[in-house]
Amino acid sequence: MFSAAAIAVVIAHIFAVWRALKGPTVFDRVLAAHTIGTAAILLLSLLGFLTGRPEFLDIGITYALLNLIGTLAVLKFFRYGDLSHAGEEEPAET
Amino acid sequence: MSEWFPELLSWPFLAAGAFFYLVGSIGLVRMPDVYTRMHATSVSDTFGAALLLIGMMITAGLSLVTAKLFVIFLIILFTGPVATHALARAARYAKVKPVLHKPEGKSSSKP
Repeated sequence: MFSAAAIAVVIAHIFAVWRALKGPTVFDRVLAAHTIGTAAILLLSLLGFLTGRPEFLDIGITYALLNLIGTLAVLKFFRYGDLSHAGEEEPAET
Repeated sequence: MSEWFPELLSWPFLAAGAFFYLVGSIGLVRMPDVYTRMHATSVSDTFGAALLLIGMMITAGLSLVTAKLFVIFLIILFTGPVATHALARAARYAKVKPVLHKPEGKSSSKP
């Protein structure tokens, strides 16, 4: 049953890569990258179960954290042009 | 209980998790704009991943592996909405317009 779930996650990978390639706006690509990261974590832990290696889960945990930081960094870069910008609290325009 | 029980109990969880994961990723492909795609991936992130991880926890039984799986589940549960929220704000700030009506090109059933 693990291989079936792993195949499903690989198909989810393919969809996410397709969306990353086709996505009109840059935010589709960031969203696809985030989804690929989460899917990679699940595929990693599923394969860890299939091959009987529990160490994969540690990689999954670190990658889950890195995935969030990466997404936030890319978003900040697209918003302020550079990562060192302090970022001001702008009024919520409509 | 004989040893096949946890293996068999995890099958429905894994199947449901894989199903919802695919539902989320199909939504990622078919939705018209960024905001609805975010909505679709949050389904697969939270629900599909949770069911898959629970299925794995059942086969792992009470051990360190289950603890690690639970930590992964918590991290995915917390980082998903944070990333989606930041993405939505960034898209909104960049004035990405949500698609509010079905584009005329596709002939919908309504006249």
